[in-house]
Amino acid sequence: MPRMNAARRHVIDFTLNGQKVRAEAENRMLLSDLLRHEIGLTGTHVGCEHGVCGACTVQIDGKPARACLTLAQQVRGSDVRTVEALTPDPAELSPLQAAFRRHHGLQCGFCTPGILMSLDVLLREQPNAGREEIRDYLSGHLCRCTGYATIVEAAIAAAEEQRKEEIPNA
Amino acid sequence: MKPASFDFICPDTLDEALSALSEAGGDGRIIAGGQSLVPMLNMRLARPSVLIDIMRLEALRRIEMSGDEITVGAGVRQAELEAWPNLLRDLPLLTAAFPWIGHVQTRARGTVCGSVAHADPSAELPLSLVILGGAVSLRSRKQKRKVTADDFFIGMMATDLAEGEMIEAVHFPKAVPGSGYAFREIGRRHGDFAIVACAAVADDNGLRLGIAGVDDRPRVFPLPALDDDQFDDALNDIAWSLNAREDLHASARYRRELVRNLGRETLKEASRCRA
Repeated sequence: MPRMNAARRHVIDFTLNGQKVRAEAENRMLLSDLLRHEIGLTGTHVGCEHGVCGACTVQIDGKPARACLTLAQQVRGSDVRTVEALTPDPAELSPLQAAFRRHHGLQCGFCTPGILMSLDVLLREQPNAGREEIRDYLSGHLCRCTGYATIVEAAIAAAEEQRKEEIPNA
Repeated sequence: MKPASFDFICPDTLDEALSALSEAGGDGRIIAGGQSLVPMLNMRLARPSVLIDIMRLEALRRIEMSGDEITVGAGVRQAELEAWPNLLRDLPLLTAAFPWIGHVQTRARGTVCGSVAHADPSAELPLSLVILGGAVSLRSRKQKRKVTADDFFIGMMATDLAEGEMIEAVHFPKAVPGSGYAFREIGRRHGDFAIVACAAVADDNGLRLGIAGVDDRPRVFPLPALDDDQFDDALNDIAWSLNAREDLHASARYRRELVRNLGRETLKEASRCRA
């Protein structure tokens, strides 16, 4: 039975954005801090650190999750995706990101990475998601700039675009 | 907003988990999904010296139906029960309650039993378990016992869980066909802790109203029929019998008012579902 001592750092192997990674962390380190401070992926933002604001939302095994409510120890062996994975080329935007830009779905951008990671799951799991489902997923995120309306419009546009692409010759 | 340090144990079997919990004495805590415990760790409201992760124990990750009872293991995430194909047929109250429990993003990680162990007085799952007449299976290295949900919750974030004990599973009685179930809640924002949450059951035994967020634990009361002359007085008596909390979210008076109004609406909906 593995017992990890509080005073030491421990190896954590997991998959991050499609790549196997090996990181080291104390038991008390949160996934949000592991991503930002140990691995250097600062796309995941940290707001409230108690699960309310949603800025730190990432995907763990395909589901949206708060990185600030997850100990780094808990993702051993898991598949973690962060906002950096949405597009392979940092100079390009994913269709969802492009829709956010077109529809002014962000202003300061602090909440955006978390919202993108939640909506990315929604559009994958429920390609027919409409306004109601989008608003339900957004209820787990706080945005103090936009008033949410433009975020909903961006998500609806991205969902429509995705549906068009999936029906060939439509 | 960072946890204090702790040892972290990943047991391979339930026996190992229980031994580790027993060895840790009062300083050990079980961690499952972590959606209630990690905020407590971050704010250092909880400072355990040992955390025991049970999410790798496959035996605890099952939803099982036997007879009239649905057993949900300690490793079952809320989203997994929410997606259980029989939920609407066998636990319609939970179908109505789930949208109020945190957010998609926390239900994906948090467990059903974890919410029960945390015993927040405004939480939806403890309320649902109590009004349905459910039970909690507790296990320590030395003994197993099963207590009714009503006996399990003893106060604000306080339960009957003894040192060295963990929740192994919770048991929900299966819905009786023809009964009506309803769940409603008022909070500042969707997904916030409830100011008041109401669950109602209408069955052959009459009406029952469960209330969370008002007293220090979920409470359940029988009520006369909606068209009975005594109904309004009975609901008012219930509102006053609760030791209503006063905090920055709402006054005690507002909570009593919600018990009367939201309580009536929830009971009406349960009665309609029965008809």
